Amino acid sequence: MAEKLKVSFKKDSHIWRLLIIMVVWFLFMAITKGGKFYSLVNFQTMFSQFPEFGLMSLGVMVCMITGGIDLSTVGIANMTAITVALLMRNAGSESGSLGPQWFLLVFVIAILMGAVTGAFNGILVSKCKIPPILATLGTGQLFTGIGIVMTNGSAISDFPKDYAFLINNKVAGIPVQFILFAIAAAVLVFLLKKTTYGKKITLLGSSQNVARYSGLKVDWILIKTYLISGICSALGGMIMLANYNSARSDYGSNYTLQCILIVVLGGVDPDGGKESITGVLLAIFLVRALETGINRFPQISSYYISLIWGAVLLLVMVLNYFSSHNIHLFKKKA
Amino acid sequence: MTDYLLRAVEVRKYFAGVKALDGVTLEIRPGEVHCLAGENGCGKSTLIKIISGVYQRDSGTIEFDGKELTKITPISAIMNGIQVIYQDFSVFPNLTVMENLAINSQLVEKRKIVNWKNMRKIAEQAVARIDFKVDLDAQLGELSVAEKQMVAICRALMFNAKLIIMDEPTTALTKKEVKALFKVILQLKEQGISILFVSHKLDEVFEISERFTVFRSGKLIATGDTSELDNQKFTYYMTGREFEVKPFVPAKLTPEPLLEVEKLSLDGFYSDISFSVKGGEILGVTGLLDSGRTELALSLFGMRPVTGGKIKIRGKEVELKDPQTAIANKIGFVPEDRLSEGLFLDQSIGDNIAISVIDELTSRGLMDKARYQGEIDKWVKELSIATPDPGNAASTLSGGNQQRIVLAKWLACKPDVLILNGPTVGVDIGSKYDIHQILQKLAGNGMAVIIISDDLPEILENCSRVMVLKDGRMAGEFGTSEASEKMILDKMM
Repeated sequence: MAEKLKVSFKKDSHIWRLLIIMVVWFLFMAITKGGKFYSLVNFQTMFSQFPEFGLMSLGVMVCMITGGIDLSTVGIANMTAITVALLMRNAGSESGSLGPQWFLLVFVIAILMGAVTGAFNGILVSKCKIPPILATLGTGQLFTGIGIVMTNGSAISDFPKDYAFLINNKVAGIPVQFILFAIAAAVLVFLLKKTTYGKKITLLGSSQNVARYSGLKVDWILIKTYLISGICSALGGMIMLANYNSARSDYGSNYTLQCILIVVLGGVDPDGGKESITGVLLAIFLVRALETGINRFPQISSYYISLIWGAVLLLVMVLNYFSSHNIHLFKKKA
Repeated sequence: MTDYLLRAVEVRKYFAGVKALDGVTLEIRPGEVHCLAGENGCGKSTLIKIISGVYQRDSGTIEFDGKELTKITPISAIMNGIQVIYQDFSVFPNLTVMENLAINSQLVEKRKIVNWKNMRKIAEQAVARIDFKVDLDAQLGELSVAEKQMVAICRALMFNAKLIIMDEPTTALTKKEVKALFKVILQLKEQGISILFVSHKLDEVFEISERFTVFRSGKLIATGDTSELDNQKFTYYMTGREFEVKPFVPAKLTPEPLLEVEKLSLDGFYSDISFSVKGGEILGVTGLLDSGRTELALSLFGMRPVTGGKIKIRGKEVELKDPQTAIANKIGFVPEDRLSEGLFLDQSIGDNIAISVIDELTSRGLMDKARYQGEIDKWVKELSIATPDPGNAASTLSGGNQQRIVLAKWLACKPDVLILNGPTVGVDIGSKYDIHQILQKLAGNGMAVIIISDDLPEILENCSRVMVLKDGRMAGEFGTSEASEKMILDKMM
């Protein structure tokens, strides 16, 4: 048993690390804030907040497994939110109400937009062989720019309120945002663990050249991957639209870094070839719990959040470097 | 009784409890060329590192030049006159030849200001010792591998070397460069310098060395005069196995060729190539590095689509525009570079094997874990891949076992035609023999096999026919029963 635990500790060190941090943090919050942190409302709020960047993180994750990255997630999310907001405004007034068929329609439109923008990224990366970091940085800027032009840079909030009302609802105490996230996460777990797609992107992330020599349709797999990422981002945008009850091209600008932090923290190797959706799901929740906890301390201004995420990302990367090169900081060499 | 220059007696070395050297003895006489041979992991590199002070021995004595060396550090080894020329030569590619040669003496004299005139003099003296003609102002990075090696040798000689250890010096050299290296080795020998030549290439050992020592799994197996050694004994010492080399004789051929190509061309690489292979045959393709042999192989796998000519499979014309179509037409391809083309090194052995058939190991579109694992276990057993767990990364295996993974990957697709580009590059003798046996067995079972290789004994022993390419054209075709290495070489050059 102890031996088994040791093996699992070594193999899934990322997951163990996350669990330990989580336990420590939750203990710390219990001691310092107690009931203020441990209330149903607080947890419901957290579960309604993390789906927006959680969905984007899932998108970044699939790209990173292939050895790429998606920096255009926030751009896709905002452009989708703006398009849908404008569409709904034209269909009904601010106070007006839309029928249920409209909700279905806007989600279909959002998924289509995510698919098209994501596939565009995929084509740039696979067919045009542009390094993913540059391709998606460029398209991210492009999509943000399109959003600015569509809105003249201002926020759009005069669309029917019943959209935000519906998404901000709870079903049996569970926030709708979380239900949407859970569905998307379940689909991804299914794709990665049950179909051949997961194995293919992991191997492809290990070496594109070997994947080509093994007869994998490398270009098509890459396009599919960025397409999935695009859809995740667009859905994230839909939740942002509801949570803010408005759409604007510069919302969620610090989510790009936060998504990368989550994916790396979850145990995905930025060089590709390592799949770890369990870790990423844990990391999504952990990052939200950290932020919510920090917000409970009025002494720490929310302006510190960017600083903290940047520092944590660098720290995790350094730790990963040490553990992957078998360097023990506090132990003597065997 | 001759005095020995170096006597390393009963040397033992353990790494984390694993015996790397189990009481080995190595004795080198002054002015002799001594060959140290053994397969990968036999402990020869460990011993070299102990002699040169990189590792410390756990027990045993080392005498050099009449006195016992108790503790060896890299500096004391150099001071005593022991020099090692590593495979990567440890030279500075961004400095000139002159700077590379003179830098050590500058450092030893603790000079802060560079005296260019002095440096040039030192460098000129160094190259003169072995009559090495080179532009002293050339950047080292621009020199050929052989020239870099010569620079490293010159540098070694500057410190009154008495023993020069060369770690597999011929690996990256062409035949002509090997000849030049051997000439230099003989010159050094005349100057009274001993050479320890580490190699596992039989013909080189016979050509250059007077005495030999063979290690196997950290133990001394044999030592003696090279004149008493023959091919079979040497292979036996290295591997502990007896190999019976019997030339491949095709058993039964399919009546029609499985693969036929007519006037195949790829602009800029090869043109007008026609041949056909029947099931049960092994066709060898050989030629120099730029003969187009690799490009031809890539074209037949759809990686470099042809620009002219016809490819027929089982009599039906096909267009191989990408690897997927090649695989769909039952062509398998073992690429030249195992590390960058053949294997996902950091992924598991099992995934590496099953990736080529992953889409078939499904039920109703979902992965069938049991069948997936079954396929992996089947091939690990069939090709006797030595691993405790197919879940381990491919990089944990030796070259020979890695090559078996690549073979398994393609055999899993049940190809009709298997193309292998350099099937045994970087593989030890034992595994090489095993891979050859596997290929002969596959052909015996009706597969058409194409071996592309510049290892002529490999071609002659395993192929029924050989096609020679030169400058992108067919220069000759022989049945291997009547061909000799010389006939093939004449057509290649």
